[in-house]
Amino acid sequence: MKETKIKTRNLSLYYGSKMALNSITMDILQKQVTALIGPSGCGKSTYLRTLNRMNDLIPNVKITGEVLVDDFNIYDKNVDSVNLRKKVGMVFQKSNPFAKSIFENVAYGPRINGVHDRKKLTEIVEVSLQRAAIWDEVKDRLHDSALGLSGGQQQRLCIARTLAVDPEIILMDEPASALDPLSTSKIEELIFSLKENYTIIIVTHNMQQAARVSDYTAFFYLGELIEFGKTKKIFTIPEKKQTEDYITGRFG
Amino acid sequence: MMGATGLSVVIIIAVIVIMLVIIIIGGKDTLSWKFLTTFPQDGMTKGGIFPALYGTTLMVIIMSVAAVPFGAITALYLTEYARESSWIAKTVQFAVRTLSMVPSIIFGLFGLGFFIKFVGGGMDKVFSGGKLIWAQPNILWASLTMALLTLPVVIVSVEESIRAVPRDLRDASLALGATKWQTIRKVVLPGARSGILTGTILAVSRGAGEVAPILFTGAAYYLATLPHSLSDQFMSLGYHIYIMSTQSVNVDQTLPIQFATTLVLLLLTFTLNLVAVLIRSRLRRAH
Repeated sequence: MKETKIKTRNLSLYYGSKMALNSITMDILQKQVTALIGPSGCGKSTYLRTLNRMNDLIPNVKITGEVLVDDFNIYDKNVDSVNLRKKVGMVFQKSNPFAKSIFENVAYGPRINGVHDRKKLTEIVEVSLQRAAIWDEVKDRLHDSALGLSGGQQQRLCIARTLAVDPEIILMDEPASALDPLSTSKIEELIFSLKENYTIIIVTHNMQQAARVSDYTAFFYLGELIEFGKTKKIFTIPEKKQTEDYITGRFG
Repeated sequence: MMGATGLSVVIIIAVIVIMLVIIIIGGKDTLSWKFLTTFPQDGMTKGGIFPALYGTTLMVIIMSVAAVPFGAITALYLTEYARESSWIAKTVQFAVRTLSMVPSIIFGLFGLGFFIKFVGGGMDKVFSGGKLIWAQPNILWASLTMALLTLPVVIVSVEESIRAVPRDLRDASLALGATKWQTIRKVVLPGARSGILTGTILAVSRGAGEVAPILFTGAAYYLATLPHSLSDQFMSLGYHIYIMSTQSVNVDQTLPIQFATTLVLLLLTFTLNLVAVLIRSRLRRAH
């Protein structure tokens, strides 16, 4: 049995007076892939962003309940969200490399954390790019602009950039939704290899993708967690009617 | 309606063309390398405009050094730190808008009262025991007065370019554990570089052409030497045109010099504006 990495307890989130998450309680296991599915606006991305406190940046957001990472409440007054985000990395829906070279993109995180030794940086960049399965494609042009890469390569570069900070948890917000099938399958293979070392939570609109890459699946609907369990079970014998309707494509 | 708009367009273009043609024809024979690089001679009826060109250049440089950092920091505050609905942000926005509508002669009077009388007078009392050094018009006070006038141009331009830096990139930086200030320094400001440059150029082009603010604060009728201290007065292109056409010993004789000086000033501001427009359109396309 794997250990629990993240626990959420009665987590609710409001935008002003509008409730976006209603008392979510769930446990996410270490070094497993957990998929969050549900129709648009169901709260799955909002939930994902509570895990690295990216919602803090939006004005008028109110959060109640607890999120425990390694049994430590990340919404405690003493927690520095900047340090938290070094431990909980994030890959976004739209690839967002900086207008810098490939090398500088990956070195960005280590640099802001105070790594300035050129040899050390080079090593981190190489290892990160290898782990993100893009090293062979870019090793001869590390100092070219990252904006010259294809969409799929850019997304893998963004994953490498996240890995360079050495996080324990990686949040992925529909990381393949803007990519072609070939690039998508590369990202999926990558997720599969990454879970050896990282706890991964992925938001996806694509049912097949959730079924392929994840060990656990959570189904959100209208801000509530409807069902959560092993992916195999959710996709074969869901307990709730709403879950079944959604995964069989009857709504959503 | 079509007729009226068409006519308006024709009138505007005609005014510009006629103006340009008159100035070019009047000034082209006098304009030369020598004209740009020599001092006026014979009671300013002959010779060049070097001290005026030099003075204007020096003035806009000092002005930029003051206005650009100050304007950029204000823009940064408005875009990154202040909440748009907060009273302080609204007050600053209102002040910037108002500042841009104040007639330029008022800036001149303010410079005289504030910089020369108040600041300069105070400095003389404290540092030189009442000896007159700073409490009189000079290039520093003129440049600072001009900086106030051009501040709104810088602020608006930098603000616009900071807002054009995509949310995505800020999120990427923050998600990597960067602080807000690290994100601003390493992602937002580099992304806004061309906007800051455009703002600077527009401010310089505005400052180079204005006369009223420096009238009481530092511009001189004629100087036999170039300014070599911040407490020296200076000659400027715009003011030179004014005195040549109204105060000259022989207005008709100096007519070619007036045209040529006007041509130089026009070319200078046109070129600067053109460069700013080009940078701005490149910036818009990039996003």
